[in-house]
Amino acid sequence: MKLIIRGGMVIDPVTGSMSEKDILVSKGRIAGIDAGIGSNGATVIDARGKLVAPGLIDMHVHLREPGYEPKETIYTGTRAAARGGFTSVACMPNTNPVADNAAVVSFIKDKAAAQGVVNVYPIGAITRGSKGGELAGLGDMREAGAVAFSDDGSPVMNAGLMRRAMQYARMLGMTIISHCEDINLSAGGSMHEGYISTVLGLKGIPSSAEEVMVARDIILAGETGCRLHIAHVSTAGSVRLVREAKARGVRVTAEATPHHFTLTDEAVLGYDTTTKVNPPLRLVEDVAAVKEGLADGTIDVIATDHAPHTLEEKDVEYERAPFGLVGLETAVGLVWTELVATGFLTPLQAITMMSQNPARVLGIPRGTLEIGADADITIIDPDFSGVVDPVQFAGKGRNTPFGGRLLKGLPRATIVGGRVVMQGGYVNR
Amino acid sequence: MGLSGKDLTGLRNVSPGEIQLILDTAAPMKEIIKRQIKKVPILRGRTVVTVFYETSTRTRTSFELAAKYLSADAVNIAAATSSVKKGESLKDTARTIEAMGADVVALRHPMAGAAELLGGCLGARVINAGDGAHEHPTQALLDLFTVREKKGRIEGLKVAIIGDILYSRVARSDIWGYTKMGAEVRLAGPATLMPPGMEKFGVKVCSCLEEALDGADVINVLRIQLERQQHGLFPNLQEYSRLFGIDRERLRLAAPGALVMHPGPMNRGVEISAEVADGLQSVINEQVTNGVAVRMALLYLLIGGGAQNEANY
Repeated sequence: MKLIIRGGMVIDPVTGSMSEKDILVSKGRIAGIDAGIGSNGATVIDARGKLVAPGLIDMHVHLREPGYEPKETIYTGTRAAARGGFTSVACMPNTNPVADNAAVVSFIKDKAAAQGVVNVYPIGAITRGSKGGELAGLGDMREAGAVAFSDDGSPVMNAGLMRRAMQYARMLGMTIISHCEDINLSAGGSMHEGYISTVLGLKGIPSSAEEVMVARDIILAGETGCRLHIAHVSTAGSVRLVREAKARGVRVTAEATPHHFTLTDEAVLGYDTTTKVNPPLRLVEDVAAVKEGLADGTIDVIATDHAPHTLEEKDVEYERAPFGLVGLETAVGLVWTELVATGFLTPLQAITMMSQNPARVLGIPRGTLEIGADADITIIDPDFSGVVDPVQFAGKGRNTPFGGRLLKGLPRATIVGGRVVMQGGYVNR
Repeated sequence: MGLSGKDLTGLRNVSPGEIQLILDTAAPMKEIIKRQIKKVPILRGRTVVTVFYETSTRTRTSFELAAKYLSADAVNIAAATSSVKKGESLKDTARTIEAMGADVVALRHPMAGAAELLGGCLGARVINAGDGAHEHPTQALLDLFTVREKKGRIEGLKVAIIGDILYSRVARSDIWGYTKMGAEVRLAGPATLMPPGMEKFGVKVCSCLEEALDGADVINVLRIQLERQQHGLFPNLQEYSRLFGIDRERLRLAAPGALVMHPGPMNRGVEISAEVADGLQSVINEQVTNGVAVRMALLYLLIGGGAQNEANY
């Protein structure tokens, strides 16, 4: 079956070009990009006035399966991705059991192939059970299809172990994704440490809890030559450290989440547990630094850290609530509203940070519109706006602090391997 | 004029005028407490439920007596003996209480924000009786009442708050209360127990106890919890006492006739010497009496004749 995406503004991060063209999709692959491709009985999607981008990739999500199916499943999580305009996701290993071996990695891949609607790339744990004690079977997991390693959510506190993990990952040609948090500095905290935490009487997580680990891991990456990716950068100090390391030639990349470039700790006033996230929402100057880091290329990737929880889990006292918020279905709108419409990023930069750059970090053959590539395509209407309504989410989690927010610039179609999985905001079953 | 909010979760969102109203209302309430027959029918037929997730004798009893002196029915739910232990959430516990017909719920809870959470899902009025390290507004109100009664004013007074500010809900409510009423607030305590951002509250963080006490009209001594030492926040109690304990010598640094206050329960010989606690300048026992008066005033303003805007809720 053939598909033509007609008349859209095609953004190609590989060539850095933007031009009005048609895209021909055939047998699940991109078969042609040109002006005025003849229909010839193909299904036509009218993309006039819209942006046509390589399928977006969210390299930091929690699909929760296996083990935490009440929060999210591969079935629902991939539909949330599709609705949000993402054609691929990389999922973190903090499932139950932890994805610290080939069997769990294979399970996730198989389940995604059977029930998912977008591409799913498992990330394996660095240490067994993500307990920070001994190395997990990194080589076996690579064989099974893991694309990177991370103990996201339970940082590797032992620097010696992290160093060995980097040495080993380098041998395998794999990237370590670090959730940078010194748990002795963050211990017991539930929001950013500052004036607002003092007002609310909540224990704070200081910026140093993140920054000392960013510094440590950059030093270790420099020493071992391992590729390091810093997850969810949230402080001005972390942005500075990454910028400086890149200038020295350390193989480090970094990501930022929409909530960290949008919200500050003032969102916590009122104790809304949807604002409880790790790393926490920081200060105005941190938000500014993250945006600057995105604009100048210090931060390579926009990722959501999509972390669904059940209503009951979040409907409790702030300190008792789990960390995390859902991001897949609001990310594009937030990027467009907060960064593109305001001039911080060009559309090309924004698309690059959500397609080509994450593909490069993970070493996967996506994020491109080259002829012959899998036809993963996202169509965004920069003028289409809507109010975030968590009830409409395709994912299970409703834990978003953005409910009721008006976003402009929304995904209107998601095409995975030539198959239209989302159109007009509706996920095709 | 009445109170503008449905609940009293803290003094941060209470105006100076409202604080004034509560203090003015507490004065005649104190008269009632001094009578031989301590009962007026103002809240007859109304129900006040105290829900305490932490043990407390002073505050719980104070709320109960305040309700009873005004003829309300008062019931206590101690979390240790309730369905809370069976895993019921705070919200469900609250709805159960409301279904039984409570008009006011006074909540003590170990977690910050619990009173706001409760107030958000209840039609009944909620009074925060202490939530984690957030606020303890009735304690601050009774402190303000005591100072006003003894000194005739609050505005312009120099108030020192000494000790563990970081974990103290009393300190936070006191800071809002005193600053709103025009006092000059100074803080002193171990640097590890001083929370960030204090300058934004319009208070002065002193580098040592002596600086905070210099010429002070009121000294609010906070309780130091032994578990803070166990968590490595200060080296040992002896050192704490030496650096921040209030004894007779140090009291001389304050203005003549300075008031010594403590929210209780005291660690005698640690944050306050027995001599000072029982001395002429101590108003610690008076604070307890005033606590009942202030809580009576609040109940009256929330659900009695003082609640003129009740229909709005």
